[in-house]
Amino acid sequence: MTENASGNGGGGLGGLRLVPRSETEYRMKDFKSDQEVRWCPGCGDYAILAAFQSFLPELGVPRENIVMVSGIGCSSRFPYYLSTYGVHSIHGRAPAIATGLATSRPDLSVWVVTGDGDGLSIGGNHLVHALRRNVNINILLFNNRIYGLTKGQYSPTSEPGKITKSSPVGSLDQPFNPVSLALGAEATFVARTVDSDRKHLSSVLRAAADHPGASFVEIYQNCPIFNDDAFEPLKDPAARDTRLLRLEHGEPLLLGPDRGVVAGEFGGLEVADVAAVGEDRLIRHDAHREDPGYAFALSRLDQPAFEHVPVGVFRDVRRPTYDDLVNEQVADARAERGDGELAELLASGDTWTVA
Amino acid sequence: MAKQIEQLDRVIIRFAGDSGDGMQLTGDRFTQETASFGNDLSTLPNFPAEIRAPAGTLPGVSSFQLHFADHDIMTPGDAPDVLVAMNPAALKANLGDVPRGATVIVNTDEFTKRSLAKVGYTADPLADGTLDGYKVSAVPLTSMTVEALADCDISKKDAQRAKNMFALGLLSWMYNRPTEGTTSFLKSKFAAKPDILAANLTAFQAGWNFGETTEDFAVSYEIKPARLPSGTYRNITGNLATAYGLIAGSKRSGLPLFLGSYPITPASDILHELSRHKRFGVRTFQAEDEIAGVGAALGASFGGSLGVTTTSGPGMVLKQETVGLAVMTELPLVIIDVQRAGPSTGMPTKTEQTDLLMALYGRNGESPVPVVAPSSPADCFDAALEAVRIAVRYRTPVIVLSDGYLANGSEPWRLPSVSELPEIDPGFATEPNGPGESFLPYLRDEETLARPWAVPGTAGLEHRIGGIEKHAQSGDISYTPANHDLMVRTRQAKVDAIARDIPELEVDDPGGEARVLVLGWGGTYGSITAGVRRVRRAGGRVAQAHLRHLNPFPANLGEVLHRYERVVVPEINLGQLALLLRGRFLVDVIGYNKVRGLPFKAEELAGVLQEVIDRD
Repeated sequence: MTENASGNGGGGLGGLRLVPRSETEYRMKDFKSDQEVRWCPGCGDYAILAAFQSFLPELGVPRENIVMVSGIGCSSRFPYYLSTYGVHSIHGRAPAIATGLATSRPDLSVWVVTGDGDGLSIGGNHLVHALRRNVNINILLFNNRIYGLTKGQYSPTSEPGKITKSSPVGSLDQPFNPVSLALGAEATFVARTVDSDRKHLSSVLRAAADHPGASFVEIYQNCPIFNDDAFEPLKDPAARDTRLLRLEHGEPLLLGPDRGVVAGEFGGLEVADVAAVGEDRLIRHDAHREDPGYAFALSRLDQPAFEHVPVGVFRDVRRPTYDDLVNEQVADARAERGDGELAELLASGDTWTVA
Repeated sequence: MAKQIEQLDRVIIRFAGDSGDGMQLTGDRFTQETASFGNDLSTLPNFPAEIRAPAGTLPGVSSFQLHFADHDIMTPGDAPDVLVAMNPAALKANLGDVPRGATVIVNTDEFTKRSLAKVGYTADPLADGTLDGYKVSAVPLTSMTVEALADCDISKKDAQRAKNMFALGLLSWMYNRPTEGTTSFLKSKFAAKPDILAANLTAFQAGWNFGETTEDFAVSYEIKPARLPSGTYRNITGNLATAYGLIAGSKRSGLPLFLGSYPITPASDILHELSRHKRFGVRTFQAEDEIAGVGAALGASFGGSLGVTTTSGPGMVLKQETVGLAVMTELPLVIIDVQRAGPSTGMPTKTEQTDLLMALYGRNGESPVPVVAPSSPADCFDAALEAVRIAVRYRTPVIVLSDGYLANGSEPWRLPSVSELPEIDPGFATEPNGPGESFLPYLRDEETLARPWAVPGTAGLEHRIGGIEKHAQSGDISYTPANHDLMVRTRQAKVDAIARDIPELEVDDPGGEARVLVLGWGGTYGSITAGVRRVRRAGGRVAQAHLRHLNPFPANLGEVLHRYERVVVPEINLGQLALLLRGRFLVDVIGYNKVRGLPFKAEELAGVLQEVIDRD
């Protein structure tokens, strides 16, 4: 899906070039922890967990060099179910904790698992700052458009007018579009996928891991208890192909056989009949555009709700990663002036001696 | 004309002027000159939070007080012997602290009708008797500076700005200070601006020459170097000493230092300083907020770094949830809280000791955290290093309660020998410790009760930790009632047991007959000690002890408290330590509490102690 000019040497994936390669041939079961999985029956998290566990062996990273960091919420129990290192931290703070870990340990593959409440509400600040800094972490945001663990209040991605326990006559909030938000923070890698499409989910995870810097993946995830069928319009076989816009770098943007995406007014994009506009006017997807404007326009195509929903990699561009830059400054200082000597430091400045 | 030189044993000088007048720089340079001369000294910078309050107003007054002596001194001094007032606002704001008989040097150029009116002087205080009883030196500092710089190729405004160097030159002459340090400081500071450099050097020299030649100043003073213990010294502020202590902790433990921080007065200088020392492997992260600062530090600790965060009260409240996670995950973390006047924004540049109870109890749940408090600017080095030692050895967050007075104040520091600093062994887990080659992340060391610290990258020790209650050995999620009770008690027992690993409380009672004990903690050490010395000089008997460890307390604290008829506890809060002592030891301690944003004066504490001694 992505053909990033590697140039990173070592034959490793871009995002993992400082992470050791595994000598063990792992299988999916090697990444299952001994903990009983405690999500509700039918929860979309099961599908994501299974896809992730089956994807990890192909990552080729030693199990001990993978760290899962999560916040609070249903999705944030994820680390307990993987046999890697993991931190189940504080509500919303996972990107901050992961930033410190990734910056101090470039030899780790660090994954943040968060949800729409954790990542966009209480932790919104940390999320956008991790993205703008381009810390080498992978952020998986499970979006079920509801608060699950607190039992069913509207979330920052719930549709307006949603009837919930805390909004008995309808919620009043304008929701975030997580992909638009990430692009607004100029994230260098932004993608969307769906819990029920394992193949697509795995391909997006792989692209995210390949990417050096912060990767943001929104995963539509069904909550069967408090917001069942929230994504049904995208899963219904009859409508699926006309609503899902599968993003493939270099390929024309098509919604089924008859409709496609063309340039609209004011830099926007719009859906048109292919027969009427001609195939030549169809936009070919370019995930590597420096300017996030195009990807942002793509992210607006799902208005009104789920009319046409792009899935896949919206944006995948190269920018120096925060952790590389920090470590470079440390290495440069040492190369220029040598390692610091404590005695010399303490005696710096004006000193005098008392006999 | 050979002028008379008079010997003094100590002097307190206060430089006061507008925020833009360069008083902090002037005070700092005089301090460096004094330090290199070999006097003992103590400083108190006092400045507004506003960067440039309106010129000439009372809120815009910035001052720097310096106490220096030929003997060992403890505080920046109660009352200035010399006040340098660069404008009417500085005179008005500071005169109340200056006893009659003291010297007042005023910059008469600024005493215009308009400037006087701005601060509410209806008549000229230089003429209306306000300064009767003071030794007043009326010096047109600004115009003399401009005159001295007539040949310099700079604007009049720049020439006027050099008046602080003129004042510094004059005071340097008055107290026979060495000037080489200031000359080389200016050369380095203004290396890129030769015109400004020339102006400052000329102004400095002109100030000196003015003192030497004018008849207004007939006498200069000499304060002989202090007889301090032998060694190499430098002058150091609390914030700088804290930064060095953290670097020393990193070096002595072999753990790379990771600082996650968000700028806040009066702690930012630690962030500034640490960001300069990358060749020590120090990584500094200026976070998006206080929460992310401590979060990133804890993340780095999980990865095997020495995670540190620095802040002040308003930031401390935001960090507490992460400190709680560090308690739960039992990871090393050092939190430096440079206390300032609160609540809320309070008075950012003023000092206070009001975060003690927050440090101890400001988190949800039973959340014990060791707390260490430095007692002087230089002691911040040892306190920071001690915090690192406890954090690493016991796998726990440790809070250091510095304060604004220590942070910005300075004193001579005898450099420690690096080899004598404690070695800190991180003792990372490298092998499975459970049955069947399993790893039990909460299986504790029998002596310290610390859990193993296994960092990512260690094969076979993969484990998950978090904020949820966990099984006492495996660390797996556990909601079992008995297990939670055990874990709550174990976390507490681990912190309590640190009392075995810290020095007992020492009591200073030279005669051994005192019936009154004065007990302090943190930044009040200097004031209390100076107060105690006054009482003893007057024949009073008082014992003194000072707490460095606020949690756990030294093992003998209860016994010490019960040894005295009365215990006085001075604090710059409304009685936080007193509350703890009453609750823990059932001792009816006598609090002395003032929260004025300033350190205690030695004289007032002496009075308080004498009053308690005299009670029957």
